Amino acid sequence: MEGYNYTIWIVLLPFLVFLVVGTGSLRIRPIVAGWIGTGSILITLALSLMCAWNYFGAGAPEGGWQTLIPYDMVWLRFNDTLQVHMGILLDPISVMMLVVISVVSSMVHIYSLGYMKGEAGFARYYAFLSLFSFSMYGLVLATNLFQIYFFWELVGISSYLLIGFYYDRHSAVAAAKKAFIVTRFADFGFMIGILLLSWYTGTFDFATLTSPDGAAIAKAASVSFMGASVLTWALVLIFIGGAGKSAMFPLHIWLPDAMEGPTPVSALIHAATMVVAGVYLVARLFPLYIFGDATALEVVAWTGAFTSLFAAIIALTQEDIKRVLAYSTMSQIGYMMLALGVSGSGGEEGLGYTASMFHLFTHAMFKALLFLGAGAVIHAVHSNLMDGMGGLRRYLPLTHASFLVACLAIAGIPPFAGFFSKDEILAAALHKDPVLFGTALLVAGLTALYMFRLYFRIFWGENKSYAHPPHEAPATMWVPLMILAALSALVGFIPFGEYVSPDRLPHASHLDMSIAITATAVSVLGILTAMWLYRKPSGVPARISGGLGALYRAAYRKFYIDEIYMGVTKNILFKGISSPVAWFDRHVVDGAMNGIGWVTARVSKEIKGLQSGHVQQYALGFMLGVLALVFVFIFWLKQ
Amino acid sequence: MKWDDILLMRHELQLLAVILIVTCTEIYLTGKDKARVVPFAIALFTLHMVAGWIKPEEGMWFGGMFRTTPLIHMRKNILDLGVLIVLLQTAGWVKKQLVDENRVSEFYLLLWSSLLGMYYMISSGDLLMLFLGLELSTLPIAALAAYEVIRLRSAESGIKLILSAGLASAITLMGISFLYGSTGTYAIPELIKILSGTSLENLGFLFFFAGLAFKISLVPFHFWTPDVYEGAPTGVAAYLSVVSKGSAVFILMILLLGLTPGGMTEIWTWTLYVLAILTMTIGNLFALRQRNLKRFLAFSSVAQAGFILLGFFSTGPDGMASIIYFVLVYIFSNLAAFGVVHAISVETGKEDIGDYDGLYRANPLLSLVMLLAVFSLAGIPPLAGFFGKFFLFMSVASAGMYVLLFIAVVNTVVSLYYYLLVVRAMFLRKSEAPLAYFKSDAWMRASLVICVIGILALGVWSGVYEYIYQLCV
Repeated sequence: MEGYNYTIWIVLLPFLVFLVVGTGSLRIRPIVAGWIGTGSILITLALSLMCAWNYFGAGAPEGGWQTLIPYDMVWLRFNDTLQVHMGILLDPISVMMLVVISVVSSMVHIYSLGYMKGEAGFARYYAFLSLFSFSMYGLVLATNLFQIYFFWELVGISSYLLIGFYYDRHSAVAAAKKAFIVTRFADFGFMIGILLLSWYTGTFDFATLTSPDGAAIAKAASVSFMGASVLTWALVLIFIGGAGKSAMFPLHIWLPDAMEGPTPVSALIHAATMVVAGVYLVARLFPLYIFGDATALEVVAWTGAFTSLFAAIIALTQEDIKRVLAYSTMSQIGYMMLALGVSGSGGEEGLGYTASMFHLFTHAMFKALLFLGAGAVIHAVHSNLMDGMGGLRRYLPLTHASFLVACLAIAGIPPFAGFFSKDEILAAALHKDPVLFGTALLVAGLTALYMFRLYFRIFWGENKSYAHPPHEAPATMWVPLMILAALSALVGFIPFGEYVSPDRLPHASHLDMSIAITATAVSVLGILTAMWLYRKPSGVPARISGGLGALYRAAYRKFYIDEIYMGVTKNILFKGISSPVAWFDRHVVDGAMNGIGWVTARVSKEIKGLQSGHVQQYALGFMLGVLALVFVFIFWLKQ
Repeated sequence: MKWDDILLMRHELQLLAVILIVTCTEIYLTGKDKARVVPFAIALFTLHMVAGWIKPEEGMWFGGMFRTTPLIHMRKNILDLGVLIVLLQTAGWVKKQLVDENRVSEFYLLLWSSLLGMYYMISSGDLLMLFLGLELSTLPIAALAAYEVIRLRSAESGIKLILSAGLASAITLMGISFLYGSTGTYAIPELIKILSGTSLENLGFLFFFAGLAFKISLVPFHFWTPDVYEGAPTGVAAYLSVVSKGSAVFILMILLLGLTPGGMTEIWTWTLYVLAILTMTIGNLFALRQRNLKRFLAFSSVAQAGFILLGFFSTGPDGMASIIYFVLVYIFSNLAAFGVVHAISVETGKEDIGDYDGLYRANPLLSLVMLLAVFSLAGIPPLAGFFGKFFLFMSVASAGMYVLLFIAVVNTVVSLYYYLLVVRAMFLRKSEAPLAYFKSDAWMRASLVICVIGILALGVWSGVYEYIYQLCV
């Protein structure tokens, strides 16, 4: 434990900045707020890297990577057996997440100095970013389920605040509300899962819950409810929470709309960090999933696979570049879930777990880069739509170069980062189930296709005549792009298996050449198709989409999922339940008061003034209530 | 009668003294000077509240009719806190409206008499005592609801309350007489031993329960709530929604958690089960469509009452502690919301949600308080309301009632929706004619500060829950 005391500052520093900047946001000069935020996040970056260096630098100790708990305090005592702690937990995945969050968050902080310059609420923006960083650090360092839930909600709130940052824009406000409510809905699944699990095991603590002797697991697995063990229920419910945050089908509908937030926010929250929290959660509880119950893990794998395919198809049809990226994020997170779902407990079997975390790591780098690059493009042409772009490679050489690196990385072209992690995922999937492997391979091809569709349409294609010639972004924006591009190109070479594996033992990473060649070939095919279709303006894409007809329209309309949700909520919740209730309230309860209805009007004529007639109705309701209770509980229940 | 016995009733006697002093003092003041009663009354009450924290005695008096324990004492202290906040919130309104009408000390007299009734109710060891306390706590509120006699709505609200309360009392009394007829005793401890769950006893209990359910405004005994809240002066509505409700919850707790070991478990569990679901759901669904904020808060408080019932399913100290904790949290959150509504209503006369459009720009501080209040009511961490709900859910989980837990959780999501409507109005909407900026009076500000501290600190500082838990063991 000694020597990790500084980790507390990684969490506390952003919080202090949030308090200082947040309370003084009207008084301090915007740029000062920006630099306070950026400076502090750079300090946490240094601390995180130091932590990673200390933790991984010395090599794995005998018996595998250890779980360290430098801080732990009792925070709430529910009763004598169940207590809530707050603390800091360091193990391979939490240290890895520290690096991911601090790197991406630092880049986004620096980038925003340029991107958000001159926006109203600049200081508020930095206050919210700090709040987010604080919550995200707290989430990944959590020692127990309660703490993770607590920060999980805080992350949700900061995301809500940031999506709705442009609060005078109606769509942003609607999107923020949608994101908040959808994820909250999922979170309540999470909460019930936590309650069940902690009640049956008597602990919130990760170390006890996931201890290899399995005492906690056995306790929860022995009780059954509606045909499955409590453990299965709890794990599936917890996965629902994760699926909400990680935008898994069918809880994904908030993510594309969340793109209404400022673009750097999309890069940080909705691409690199918050949305992978669901993956992190499953990985954190992985021993429970693997030893406790195979059903829950299958749910994870198939949800992931379906989402990744589903989102990739939609991504092919979207016109708004941020939406393409949003669907691409969904698809890639589906990949990570898939990898977790096919993983075994250790050794060669455990490749899926390693692959999932590896992909999380590489994806954070190149997806953040893609978003920031998209931000630079939007900054230059003041539009999100691909129609208004084309030929930008000449105007934005730096953005173009970094965007290309990111596209190659996500398409899985060697030697860029995505290639290595994707290869491992495919290998793990093949090991488990050929159908999952086939899906994953198909998605790899589609990924290359839609990414390069994006790339060619933005940077090649028809040269548009721009009213103002687009110009390259300022240094605060392109420097982070360059750094992330370098990382996207290089991080694939990290031997991830040495550090992260489900049994905590280091494993040598190796490439499966047959899979690597197949996958690369599929990706290249995707790229070539995109090049053929989009490099030069042609009528082919339109003919294809026309030929596909209804299918294309369905994909373009995102398979009508939003409409289905709206239909359900509008028709069932509002029309079916709330409206009649409101009608009842207006016409029956308030009826007499408003003089609506002939009978009530007559009655109120009879008893004028204060006695509007409906106290009697209340009394009637009251009496009926008592009688109903009496009837039900004495005469009926007794039978 | 010994001195020690009198000390047992210290809390009640103190309040009685405060009432008498304030009433007598007002006689010596004339005209505008009567406004001075307000700070005097608040100061005296604060003194009373502080004295309430002196280490309590334990024991019984009047042959077991009156009893007190540290736990009972703490419940009274919690009610005191709620009343103090209400006093601070109403101070401005009393000065503005009542001084000219020469009705200052009556307001305090009525409010405190009702509180006194609650004290006796909580301390009662006997059904008759309980009934007397119940009546004493209800009748003055009816007068208070009608306090703004010139406003028709207020008068109507008073009439409605007294009629509904009369009905509830009649049924309660009938229930008590059934119980007496069946067991031959009024004393609660003996009653618990004798009860075996015959039909007459069950009938008696259901009737008795209906009276309390009326005070807590559980569905279907809630019909009076929105009308009375809307018509009554806002401070009185606030008092009804937290203090009056809290006291009834406390007494229900004494009865139910005491009775469950007797032969009544099954009937109680199912009654509460059904009422909890009905109350949460109906309260929420009605709240969705309200435009008037007082009505809105009325239905929201109905729904919150449904959540309180969740704590009754765990019979151990967890359940009891989580209920008391929730009531405390609810006092702060709900009074903060009522405080803001009151401040705006007194200043501008506006009470519709549409009037709150763009409030953040005109009055950021009030909007922030409201934001915290509704987020706490909705149960969003890290605010106190989250912990309150969390502990209640925990009790349900411990009783193994997953279906109920699920319904409760779905209801929380629904409630989130309408609480967000208020947030949206204040922060995210623009208004053609926003409310003008105003500065509320120092009393109101003090009350809101107390509420905000409560909302923020209760969640983070775990000592409070642990203290309550220890008293419940």
